Amino acid sequence: MLITRKAEFSASHFCRAAALSDGENFALFGEEAHPAGHGHNFVLEVSLEGEPDPITGMIVDLKDLKDILEREVVSPMDHRFLNYEVEPFAKVIPTTANIALEIWRRLEKQLQNAHFRLARVRLFETADLYVDVLRPANA
Amino acid sequence: MISLTRRYHFPASHRLHSRHLSEAENSRLYGKCNNPFGHGHDYVLELTVSGKLNPETGLLVPIARLDSFVAEKILRLFAYRNINVDVPQFADVVPTTENMVRVIGDLVRQHWGEFFGDLPSYPSRVQIQETDRNGFELYLAAPEAEASTAQRNESVMVHA
Repeated sequence: MLITRKAEFSASHFCRAAALSDGENFALFGEEAHPAGHGHNFVLEVSLEGEPDPITGMIVDLKDLKDILEREVVSPMDHRFLNYEVEPFAKVIPTTANIALEIWRRLEKQLQNAHFRLARVRLFETADLYVDVLRPANA
Repeated sequence: MISLTRRYHFPASHRLHSRHLSEAENSRLYGKCNNPFGHGHDYVLELTVSGKLNPETGLLVPIARLDSFVAEKILRLFAYRNINVDVPQFADVVPTTENMVRVIGDLVRQHWGEFFGDLPSYPSRVQIQETDRNGFELYLAAPEAEASTAQRNESVMVHA
């Protein structure tokens, strides 16, 4: 069974590869390459897989889940410039895919115990674009 | 496993009518969708790309190139068109959304290499929302190298 909790954060970023020219960066990343940056209201959906506890009927205490999302993702990223203020985006280009992977890394160990584990991170950069990070089928 | 999904919007009209059925049977089967003059929807198309992230760019696929691909190979055929009349693939195929998702899945596979032959990612899913309440989803097979990890191939899922 999957349970999904949503969180939002607003942050600025830009996507540019240091090894590429200005023209190549715009060709590759489009408007995301403007060097001064721009912002989005990112919407994060975090899904856990597990079974309801026979006594409480809950897979996870949603208050705990909310606190973990707040501590690991929202608080460090909300109203920040990702490239300058959030690790590892000084070195790793903060594409939607890389931000989603970083969120997976931050949450995976925090959301794993005998009752549940992280199953999916879905990050919307806009209403029309999202990235899914899924646990590999055999893991 | 990582995937990226991009959503596109296109208005189009269609009429559901099978030449294999009588007028009465068509009317009974397709209901309002059999209206002789046709009707329209604002379709929402989702295209999902899966595979490997380019470690240097952090991209599965350059979004601008994905947008050009969909605009040129899909939206150009469907947007603001009468699907029965204007889209050759439906000359003799009833334009149910099930058939649309199949035709669009075929177009995506057929032309993917022209735009993205250099990338280690592949199109893994096409989804069309006909209205807020009707969605149709087609999973595309992974290329050979990834085939063993593909969980669902070629299955059409209908949410009504």
